Amino acid sequence: MSPPESPTLSEYRRREQSITLSPLEQPLEGGSELTDELLTLNFGPHHPATHGVLRLLVTLEAEVVRDVKPIVGYVHTGIEKTAEDKAYWKVIPVVERMDYLSYYFNAMAYVGAVEQLLEVEVPTRAQYLRVIHLELNRIASHLIWLGTSALDLGSTSIFLYCLRERELILDLFEMSSGARMHTRYFQVGGVAEDIPAGFEAKLREFLAIMPKRADEYGAILNANEIVLQRLRGTCPLDAETLLSLGVTGPLLRAAGNPWDLRKAAPYSSYEHFDFKIPVGTVGDNYDRYAVRLAEIYESVKIVAQALDGLPEGPYITGDRKVALPPRHELATSMEALIHHFKLVTEGFRVPPGEVYYPIESPRGELACFVRSDGSSKPARVHMRDPSFVNLQALAPMSRGSYIADMIATTAMLDPILGGIDR
Amino acid sequence: MPDATGLELIAHELGEAVVETVYFRERATLRIDPATIRATLQHLRGKGYAFLASVHGVDYYPEEPRLGVHYELLDMAKVDRITVKLRVSLDAPAVDSVTDQWPTANHQEREIYDMFGVVFDGHPDLRRILMPEDYEGHPQRRDFPVGGEPVIFTYDEAKWLESRA
Amino acid sequence: MEVKRELLGAHPSAGGKGPRPGEDLRVKSLNTSQLLRGADLEGANHPAHLEGTELERYVEERMLTTTLDQAVAWARSNAFFPLAFGLACCAMEQFHAAGPRMDIGRFGFEAFRASPRQADLIILAGRVSIKMAPIIRRLYDQMLEPKWAISMGACCSSMGVFNNYALVPADKFMPIDVHVPGCPPRPESLMHGVLKLRKMIQDDPDMGWRDRYDARGTEEIAPGPLTGLEPAHPAPLPTTPREERDA
Repeated sequence: MSPPESPTLSEYRRREQSITLSPLEQPLEGGSELTDELLTLNFGPHHPATHGVLRLLVTLEAEVVRDVKPIVGYVHTGIEKTAEDKAYWKVIPVVERMDYLSYYFNAMAYVGAVEQLLEVEVPTRAQYLRVIHLELNRIASHLIWLGTSALDLGSTSIFLYCLRERELILDLFEMSSGARMHTRYFQVGGVAEDIPAGFEAKLREFLAIMPKRADEYGAILNANEIVLQRLRGTCPLDAETLLSLGVTGPLLRAAGNPWDLRKAAPYSSYEHFDFKIPVGTVGDNYDRYAVRLAEIYESVKIVAQALDGLPEGPYITGDRKVALPPRHELATSMEALIHHFKLVTEGFRVPPGEVYYPIESPRGELACFVRSDGSSKPARVHMRDPSFVNLQALAPMSRGSYIADMIATTAMLDPILGGIDR
Repeated sequence: MPDATGLELIAHELGEAVVETVYFRERATLRIDPATIRATLQHLRGKGYAFLASVHGVDYYPEEPRLGVHYELLDMAKVDRITVKLRVSLDAPAVDSVTDQWPTANHQEREIYDMFGVVFDGHPDLRRILMPEDYEGHPQRRDFPVGGEPVIFTYDEAKWLESRA
Repeated sequence: MEVKRELLGAHPSAGGKGPRPGEDLRVKSLNTSQLLRGADLEGANHPAHLEGTELERYVEERMLTTTLDQAVAWARSNAFFPLAFGLACCAMEQFHAAGPRMDIGRFGFEAFRASPRQADLIILAGRVSIKMAPIIRRLYDQMLEPKWAISMGACCSSMGVFNNYALVPADKFMPIDVHVPGCPPRPESLMHGVLKLRKMIQDDPDMGWRDRYDARGTEEIAPGPLTGLEPAHPAPLPTTPREERDA
């Protein structure tokens, strides 16, 4: 007899699901009946699958999640309090360490707020350089998200591939600013330094490689049976509930709402670039994954356009009351020396006022609220961090699904505890 | 952002609730009476500002009333932002919670309670979110010390050891 | 470059019959007794003929004498199982240390364990807040001796960039063996710290500083009838209900 044709995958699934365990589930003779009870399980702050030190109190009925209570604060660093104690430009490295994967975005939100208070003009070259670094940081953030999420889903090789690409990006950051992470590259009024020779060539090499590598990730993951089973159809949430919960970013876009601050309220020359916003349809975990993967391609496009159109000009504002003068001027000009001295010791003074400056970070709307009282130190710096607000969506998303789906949802939520706890 | 005249129109509609309107750096701000926060947000929701982007606190020390709560509203259809601010003093730091109508305010109001001590009446679960549950004090207030470890350098290490002995 | 291949000589213990097909390329593996008996030598160099210093040299070339401590330290230091533990930004650089470019697996340390009971190295990667400190201490207590700790980055070694109310330097609540400076330290710096720890273990397996600071015996072993142990630091149970205490 010839062997039967190998059944299709759906045939396997049908046969699997038709197996019943009912004889085993009968209560034992003379034993008490099995009753349902709710079990509270603590996914402690130290857990391999929570991204960072997130503690989840999960109420379970057998394997089904009935409620999730996130408890945060395990990496609370009092950054906002520290920022009140420092001069405005010294706050930049402190604030960068909040959402530690998108450090340029933290710096951009803060620096944008201070520039709005000061009403200082940022030169176009600086704006384009900022866009280049912001989009590179977006790609780097999505790569770590993809790597760690794939690790949660069970794939170790994607983690290593993503780190390989991220090394290239961090090399570029090191070329332009000297540090791989927390580079302090964005300053009030522009960027700290112009890009060195060789940066453009290396960046173009990277831009040529990145879409192909993203294709590779797609080839491995997009049609993978495990990814499909775990992500497709799991934990969807509609756009209206997400909006009422204050969720923005790829989570909202996966649910179908194309809200993106880069298009809706462009800042820092984003209106000069032509790019699309990937939007999902159903709002399940697979859409969230697909939206972020597609955003990598769009970011590559933006960087390419910014690099092609990079104008000549100053890389920081010429206002000496705000930005340090170039070093060669210190030897000849007395005013430059005085400005330098004043800026380095006391820092610039900002007219009193309050601003709220929102930008689009890889996780959603990242906004910085700065209150100034006229002195050289800010009176209040607050980051509206997207992960902090998005975390509230975890409970509605995971109710009624299995634990494994909750883990996948936490991965797709992309929480960064540094931003949540600040 | 509603321009200055638009802001005045909204303030006129809200009437008694509005204490002050500020138009600064092309952004509109309404300062309102704390008791009217729910009605104000509902009214603004009716005008199209349906997305509460952020709820955060400020300490205006030494000006009184000291503690401020800011609500950032966003109209996604018209890409419009408006800020609603209120101030409460330390003796009566109670504000109505808006969590039932704006679920996004849940964790954010808890953070303001934790950091500033503003109590939100009607909040489903008002406890500390960032600091340990049994922490005393509200760290983000301006008169709370920054804290930290003393930095000992080699030149004053001997003196420091003496002072501790 | 020219590659010369030639047949190896016949294995003497095979009776000198000549190489069998395929045998010429097999690695000659002699067991210890054959080695010491000088199974690879013939004629005048056979150990039965060696005397005095020559015999000593012969033995020394083939045997490594060491103390048990050193041998064990060598084995332990070359096979850390780090705990998969990352707190903040330094965790990103820890990922890169385990990544493809600066590969921690080259040294054998890529087996990051999720459970503290199975790990012997905890790399504190990131800032330690006051809420997290008791949890880290519990994790450290749950690791079994011998165990080491590396404090990665400026935030846990000292207070780092943030010298404020919310952080604790790791030295205050647990013994740290190596501090790695940086904010965040490059993967190369972290590797330098890990390799320094490895050298420390090889040179001084006793880790004398632990005696000075009384940093031994910090395991948490569950008390109870099976282990027959009392709790190490029994915490007094609250006798009043929480509401009464809070009121």
